[in-house]
Amino acid sequence: MQCSPGSQSVLDAGGFERLLALLRSDGFVLVGPIARDGAIQLSAITGIEDLPRGVGDEQSPGRYRLRPREDDALFGWAVPSQPWKKQFLPSRLDLVHIRRKGSALEVEPAAAEANPIAIIGARPCEVAAMRVQDGVLRDGPHPDSDYAARREAAFVLAVNCGTPSGTCFCVSMDTGPRAKAGFDLAATELMEPNHRFLIEVGSDAGARVLERVAATPATDGDIAAAADLVAGAAQKMGRALDNKGLTERLLGNLEHPRWDDVAERCVGCGNCTLACPTCFCTNVEDSSNLGGDVATRTRTWDSCFALDFAYIHGGSVRPTLRARYRQWLTHKLATWVEQFGTSGCVGCGRCITWCPVGIDLTVEAGAVGEARG
Amino acid sequence: MGRARLAVWKFASCDGCQLSLLDCEDELLDIAGAVDIVHFLEASSHVEPGPYDLSIVEGSVTTPKDAARIQHVREVSKAVVTIGACATAGGIQALRNFADHAEMMRAVYANPQYIETLATSTPIAAHIPVDFELRGCPIDKGQLLQVIGAFLLGRKPPIRSHSTCMECKARGNVCVTVAHGTPCLGPVTHAGCGALCPTYHRGCYGCFGPSDAARPAALVRDLLERGVERPELYRLLSNFNAAAEPFRTEAERHDGQD
Ligand code: SF4
Ligand code: SF4
Ligand code: SF4
Repeated sequence: MQCSPGSQSVLDAGGFERLLALLRSDGFVLVGPIARDGAIQLSAITGIEDLPRGVGDEQSPGRYRLRPREDDALFGWAVPSQPWKKQFLPSRLDLVHIRRKGSALEVEPAAAEANPIAIIGARPCEVAAMRVQDGVLRDGPHPDSDYAARREAAFVLAVNCGTPSGTCFCVSMDTGPRAKAGFDLAATELMEPNHRFLIEVGSDAGARVLERVAATPATDGDIAAAADLVAGAAQKMGRALDNKGLTERLLGNLEHPRWDDVAERCVGCGNCTLACPTCFCTNVEDSSNLGGDVATRTRTWDSCFALDFAYIHGGSVRPTLRARYRQWLTHKLATWVEQFGTSGCVGCGRCITWCPVGIDLTVEAGAVGEARG
Repeated sequence: MGRARLAVWKFASCDGCQLSLLDCEDELLDIAGAVDIVHFLEASSHVEPGPYDLSIVEGSVTTPKDAARIQHVREVSKAVVTIGACATAGGIQALRNFADHAEMMRAVYANPQYIETLATSTPIAAHIPVDFELRGCPIDKGQLLQVIGAFLLGRKPPIRSHSTCMECKARGNVCVTVAHGTPCLGPVTHAGCGALCPTYHRGCYGCFGPSDAARPAALVRDLLERGVERPELYRLLSNFNAAAEPFRTEAERHDGQD
């Protein structure tokens, strides 16, 4: 059938498998969700048999557990333990090697990855997060060429949400539970009366692939069932964040006693930032071999919770945990808007679930932003 | 500049950290090409007198003799780098610091009158100025090579002192505390091991000692809420870096409690 952006069609499980196989034969490395070590994780996959069949998740502040589902859904969980960020912004990347050749220096840029990846099953909030990172790392005045190249080469198959977790709040951030833009294809997984996927085309690349899979046109019933599923998900948000005037409320309360309170509970471990799909901070470190004739410059993930992150001559400008937590929260939810034109938060809930002491950004932002009595 | 002269010294320790240097099989030729190792008893009985450009010190000070010997090491060395939990924090043997030393000796030795030791096990930096402390029990050999290389070139070693959690996340691990309920010291432990234990589904034991901004009290509050018992918390904080602050103060709060 003819496909174009906006058109909707249906694939059964076999059709979904054909779609994955086609992407592979087109040269994409498939990266998708798998259940391992007690969590949904992202991994290279070969096909539908690797996906987490009949598995759901439970998430609350500082706690994550898998649970069996009553059906055989492949995407019946909320968000994986870690975001897709690593695919585009690797945790460690050599940028350049410099070799001493006699009295000259030979500069050799580190090689880029070869195979483009196909993202299988990014959630709507995660697709939104990719666009937030695009704004920072690709579309701004100082594009990161490695990020841009990886992003350009990638194919994005989004999967809309039916079962949000206890820490999800995409509805508050207007990023889900249905993906609106930023994907090549977006699927909604339907279980009744038979297992199938409603597929929406989001780009020409998506249309070209789908045309080759022999999808059937979507019926009104399919479209209504998918709409019901995401509408139900929107009712099941585990958390909410009151965005109204949030920037002013946070920035107007920089001396609120709640900052001291959260600084007593926070361990400063940095998990929240590294689990966040939009946090983009990196460090650049230099290393050399023992002979001193080869030097390598490497980019690594960093975090505003690290004490030396804000180290400038003479010391750290944020020596206290109060200052570091406040920097993180106000950047995410307030100054990000000024800086990049969007919120730095897409409501995925990872910083809440994966905080080892269960600090909840929606609660902290709410407490700081509340009128003081 | 001539070739740098390197010395390796042992104090109270298990030799595991020095062994990391010998364990650098692929890099041994590079090391031998870059420096003259002129004092390294674990590798060779051939010893040349000082001065030395770089002294690498393993182990803690536990005897009056060693307290004097470390002064000598400082005098004959341009730079001193201490390696491992013993040299940087006193090691597991620092558990004696919190017990009755004389009674311990009586319990262990048939004839304690022949034993001449100090009542405490202390890090090298408690005795002499140290140029760099490399953490770990044992240290990571890749980090050791970076430190040696950095000292040869006169620049800062690229060693970070943030939490182990950051390495854990960078590695893509599933957090054992959040997903399995396993107590883990990663949030308060100095990075360097690459989050080895969580990678194999165990909690971090704190081998690299406290991170630069460690706040064990906040972590412990949460672990108590998760049902971890105080004796277990005490044991967790009283391992190879038992004497390092703030691990020590936090451990003491749970000593003998239940
Ligand atoms: S701040 Fe927290 S909820 Fe928001 S996008 Fe980052 S990890 Fe997700
Ligand atoms: S908020 Fe939680 S995850 Fe973030 S630094 Fe503090 S303790 Fe770690
Ligand atoms: S497993 Fe341990 S080191 Fe890893 S994130 Fe969890 S608390 Fe931190």
